[in-house]
Amino acid sequence: MAEIVLENVVKNFGKVRALRGVTVEVKDGEFLVLLGPTGAGKTTTLRIVSGLEEPDEGKVYIDGQLMNGVAPRDRNCAFVFQNYILYPHMTVYDNLAFPLRSKLWRVEEDEIRRRIERVARVLKIEHLLRRKPDKLSGGEQQRVALGRAMVRNPRVFLMDEPLSNLDAKLREEMRVELKSLQKNLQATFFFVTHDHVEAMTLGDRVVVLNQGSVMQVGAPEVVYSRPANLFVARFVGTPEINLIPAEVMGETLRCKTMGTTWKLSEIPFFQEVRNIPSRVFMGIRPEDILLGQGDKFGEVYLVEDLGVDKVIRVKTDHTILRVRASQEAQFAVGERVPYLFRTEKLIFFDPVTEKLLG
Amino acid sequence: MVGIRNTWANRVSERGMLYLFLLPTFVLLLFLVIFPLIWSLYLSFCQYSANAANPPIFVGIRNFSFIFQQKEIWDRFAVTGKFVAMAVVVEFFLGFFIAMLLNREFYGKGVLTTLFILPMMFSPAVIGKFFRFMMDTNWGIINYILGKLFGIPKIAWTTSYEYALPSIVVADVWIWTPFIVLLSLAGLSSVPKYLYEAADVDRASGWFKFRYITLPYVAPILLLAVLFRTMDAFRFFDLVYVITEGGPGYSTQIIPFYIYKLAFSYWHTGQSCALAYVLLIIIIALSNIYITYLNRLRRT
Ligand SMILES: Nc1ncnc2c1ncn2[C@@H]1O[C@H](COP(=O)(O)OP(=O)(O)O)[C@@H](O)[C@H]1O
Ligand SMILES: [Mg+2]
Repeated sequence: MAEIVLENVVKNFGKVRALRGVTVEVKDGEFLVLLGPTGAGKTTTLRIVSGLEEPDEGKVYIDGQLMNGVAPRDRNCAFVFQNYILYPHMTVYDNLAFPLRSKLWRVEEDEIRRRIERVARVLKIEHLLRRKPDKLSGGEQQRVALGRAMVRNPRVFLMDEPLSNLDAKLREEMRVELKSLQKNLQATFFFVTHDHVEAMTLGDRVVVLNQGSVMQVGAPEVVYSRPANLFVARFVGTPEINLIPAEVMGETLRCKTMGTTWKLSEIPFFQEVRNIPSRVFMGIRPEDILLGQGDKFGEVYLVEDLGVDKVIRVKTDHTILRVRASQEAQFAVGERVPYLFRTEKLIFFDPVTEKLLG
Repeated sequence: MVGIRNTWANRVSERGMLYLFLLPTFVLLLFLVIFPLIWSLYLSFCQYSANAANPPIFVGIRNFSFIFQQKEIWDRFAVTGKFVAMAVVVEFFLGFFIAMLLNREFYGKGVLTTLFILPMMFSPAVIGKFFRFMMDTNWGIINYILGKLFGIPKIAWTTSYEYALPSIVVADVWIWTPFIVLLSLAGLSSVPKYLYEAADVDRASGWFKFRYITLPYVAPILLLAVLFRTMDAFRFFDLVYVITEGGPGYSTQIIPFYIYKLAFSYWHTGQSCALAYVLLIIIIALSNIYITYLNRLRRT
């Protein structure tokens, strides 16, 4: 297996600056997830790794070898495309066999059949092998595309939102399959998604990309609990993180829009970190606000039942807080409820640089 | 009902109006196409000479049996087949090859493509004249160049048995290859680029990509091109008329030209009509074979 290194990669399409100096390292045998909104440059990044696109600046290494100028077919990457490209004139079986039948490989037909049967079993597409791609549903096509990557023994797997067209149940199943596949193969996965849940559940590490720049690299828990900046904080997690402007005044932290104050001594952050600007953004995840206890009060504004739990919007003065509550919690709209911030979970951002403090 | 006058136009119904507008075209068609078609079919069963004062005499299938018994006519069918085969094969491979070369981005692509298409825009009769001059044995430029550059003795391009038919093929290739180029280009540019990208990543060789991605996409349109060319080659007349006039001997008298000869040199109007119908049936049969195959190709 192999490692991938992107060094300061810049890519422009005319005036569009798709990648503005991206540095990423995918370690050998790692499941790295590249997470970002649409247009962030995720597909472009994968295309540069695969060799379908050459970077304007910067270097690409696979296994320590410089890949700039090396043709795609000499890089031995498997690529699952975002729009799950299948060869329309071939059956599913022949589609799966395609990468093995190429002259560069020369795999025996027996061996090809064995590999295809194994992959088809894992992907549950055994009954589709004789069909043409246009007779398949979107989800089936996507599984075939995954299969075409899996039958090979590539150095790296590049996957561009491979689960985006599956329905929720199948997506969950495929997530498990992918993860165990990667574990079994000890393969290097460079996986792209715009879905932070997918990123959190699949990634050994997550790289957050926005507008062609890397925002943060880290383990999923770290990206979630200590987002490097406001963008990452907002992009990762549903319901979205609560971000409240606040001011340090003497020994208190005042949130004007919430109409409340905290004593600095109540918040561990202020004991540990020095040189804090006087204005900050205070961030707290919805599950770190507890309802029904504490000495501060708000008004229940909206209750959303998600099945497993509930999202409750609580209005305090001019701010509406998103709070995650258990399924049993019973709150009526308009009711006055006490709430408590788990102050040890509070994170703070510099409102000017938008970066995480501390 | 103010303002609607009782003119004849108002008395005709909507549908009547429709037929009224169609009438001139229909009358024209009747006289120029439908009547001659039926009349010539009738004549093919008659002994008749268009330049004689005698009315046509119905003779049953005698014209047809006469045609099939004549060795000369079989020979002319053979010449026709040879011509169609040579012309279509050369045009097909040459045209597809040129299209492959043109199907990429390069400087001056538009101009070059236009230049390649240009021969199609000229009248075949004019082109035939040019070829006849160029291929002239004594003062044609082709023999001049061959003689000057390679010292090859003069060749009787249009007047010798071995070279007359190939000479016509060359002129036909010059005119009609662009047509294949055009259709092939249309087919080639219909292949989605991303398939080649996927194949690149899948480590496919150039031949593999051509065989499994390009060909399946362009095959139906190529077949269509061959169909058009074949049908057209069977009603091919002008080049023969201008370049060799069927000679030397009968060596370039392909069937359409022979029909013309029968009709307007020998005035065997009945026989020429019969032969024309035989040719028509052959063309219809061939196109049906092609179309069936095309449909099967499209279904798979
Ligand atoms: N071939 C191209 N030509 C022009 N612009 C492109 C091209 N490919 C991508 N882009 C632009 O680059 C940016 C990043 O695109 P992409 O990598 O596809 O984003 P993502 O996959 O994260 O949605 C977008 O603004 C997109 O419009
Ligand atoms: Mg994309």
